[in-house]
Amino acid sequence: MTHVAILGGGPAGLAAAQGALAAGARVSLLDEGDRLGGQFWRHHERLTDPRLQHGWHRFERLRDALARGDARVHVGASVWSAEATDLGVRLRAVVGAADADARTAVDVEADAVVVATGAHDLALPVPGWTLPGVTTAGAAQALAKRDGVAVGRRTVVSGAGPFLLPVAQSLALVGSDVVGVLEASRITALAAGWLPRPWELAGKAGEFLQYAGGLARHRIPYRTGSGVVRVLGDERVEGVVVAALDADWHPIVGTEREVACDAVALGHGFAPRLEAALALGCDLRGDHRGRFVVVDDAQRTTTAQVFAAGEVTGIAGADAALAEGAVAGFLAAGGALGDPRLRGPVTARRRARAFARRLERAHGIRPGWTAWVDDATIVCRCEAVTRRAIAERADVPLRAMRLATRAGLGPCQGRTCGRAVEAIVAEAGGAPASVGFDRRPVLAPVRIGEVAALAATDPAT
Amino acid sequence: MIRITVDGEPVRGRDGQTIAGVLIGAGRTAWRTSQTGDRGVFCGIGVCHDCLVTVNGVEGVRACRREAVDGDRIEREARP
Ligand SMILES: Cc1cc2nc3c(=O)[nH]c(=O)nc-3n(C[C@H](O)[C@H](O)[C@H](O)COP(=O)(O)OP(=O)(O)OC[C@H]3O[C@@H](n4cnc5c(N)ncnc54)[C@H](O)[C@@H]3O)c2cc1C
Ligand code: FES
Repeated sequence: MTHVAILGGGPAGLAAAQGALAAGARVSLLDEGDRLGGQFWRHHERLTDPRLQHGWHRFERLRDALARGDARVHVGASVWSAEATDLGVRLRAVVGAADADARTAVDVEADAVVVATGAHDLALPVPGWTLPGVTTAGAAQALAKRDGVAVGRRTVVSGAGPFLLPVAQSLALVGSDVVGVLEASRITALAAGWLPRPWELAGKAGEFLQYAGGLARHRIPYRTGSGVVRVLGDERVEGVVVAALDADWHPIVGTEREVACDAVALGHGFAPRLEAALALGCDLRGDHRGRFVVVDDAQRTTTAQVFAAGEVTGIAGADAALAEGAVAGFLAAGGALGDPRLRGPVTARRRARAFARRLERAHGIRPGWTAWVDDATIVCRCEAVTRRAIAERADVPLRAMRLATRAGLGPCQGRTCGRAVEAIVAEAGGAPASVGFDRRPVLAPVRIGEVAALAATDPAT
Repeated sequence: MIRITVDGEPVRGRDGQTIAGVLIGAGRTAWRTSQTGDRGVFCGIGVCHDCLVTVNGVEGVRACRREAVDGDRIEREARP
């Protein structure tokens, strides 16, 4: 019987598990979260307000399929190593409470793997963004959904994309006063992205209207062509400077105004979690503006027996992740793309990819943002590396620049600043971007002692 | 209801919350000393490592990912 490993338990991974089971395989699914669901269905049984969940029945069905099928589920499992072997693939994880010091080792050897590691949301640097009270939009969402708490009493939500709408709604429902949702893209970009061929958007339009209604009910203003260009405060957030942005997201001089608040939620886009795919040798496409795993129609990557699905292949939302996961799992288990059971997912995938292109056209990060970052602004938060320090070494190879400045070498390993550093280097005329910031020798944080102990007891090494 | 201590001070939270959830719920926004001032939650999902705390003597625990347990002793971390 074919054994399919699935890395990630978000919409893509769950759909992949269901697909693989349907095609007759045995499944092992690993996720570092305490619960299944990924970013989209992040929850806690008692703390999550059900009004903040979307498509919950779908989640229950996927979870039930796993419980009924021949599947082993490992939650709290940080996968730190993934390798292609002669026989298939091998994943190595430690399982236990987050960052505990003596977790249990779990190794999974399988005939094929579906990489469904998803994405995290991306906040671009803004002067003052290291002040307490500034979080990513995703953090505001996660804390509201998972823990039932609000990041602030008066919150400004700023960035780009439809994701800002559910974030504002969640903040309002956990009791924060949302001063406004600031969308960087101008109305012309939004129109170019969203207005053509409205029939393609059938379900999505309803979703947006629902959120728009939510904003109206809570009297939350929504502004386009606008963004936070500076965070004010001494020891914590006391306010922000908001400016109008041009079509390139360049702040327009003379439009600045101050807004008082105690929290800022920034979300300018999403960055896929590519380390597992890179460790498995999968090819990527794109550049620092967006780098994703290359897949074919079967969701096959360029490495044999390695499939990928969800936000690692492109930012297209949960529906796309579900559709891609269903195809990936079914094919990883040896099923055929022409199977009638895949007709639904294949159609949904086509629609979702069209949605992704609109997202990028309407809300994609524009280069003008670097104009709101001054020389002294910290870009790498871990090592407090400023824009000036990075720009001064833009002409040396990326690796040398990182060693000289320490940008991206702190505890987060460049996950937070990578894209911004690459953009600043590129703007200063530096070396062409490489995958340097996405390659990490250890895929998820584990303690050095843990890995050393596991390596010492491992018969295979 | 759970009780934890943060640098010796008692803080109450709801059963099941992450350490970050408990701290934010108690009105705290920063709990780590960095070279550029205090830090608290930034990414909220385990990516940025801004929220690190020492839990019952174990250093480097991401407060946004670790579920708080009644009686946990949380200590501030400082990085030069
Ligand atoms: C913080 C946040 C909040 C969001 N909230 C919303 C929302 O409210 N509404 C909305 O429409 N969209 C939301 N999105 C976008 C939405 O989550 C995605 O469209 C969708 O979840 C993508 O599904 P996925 O399966 O590809 O990835 P994900 O849902 O991200 O799932 C990937 C999973 O892989 C796991 N993983 C990754 N690496 C490892 C590893 N090395 N070891 C073990 N496990 C690993 C992660 O723990 C995660 O559970 C949010 C995104 C983020 C980042
Ligand atoms: S807030 Fe980023 S890791 Fe906890």
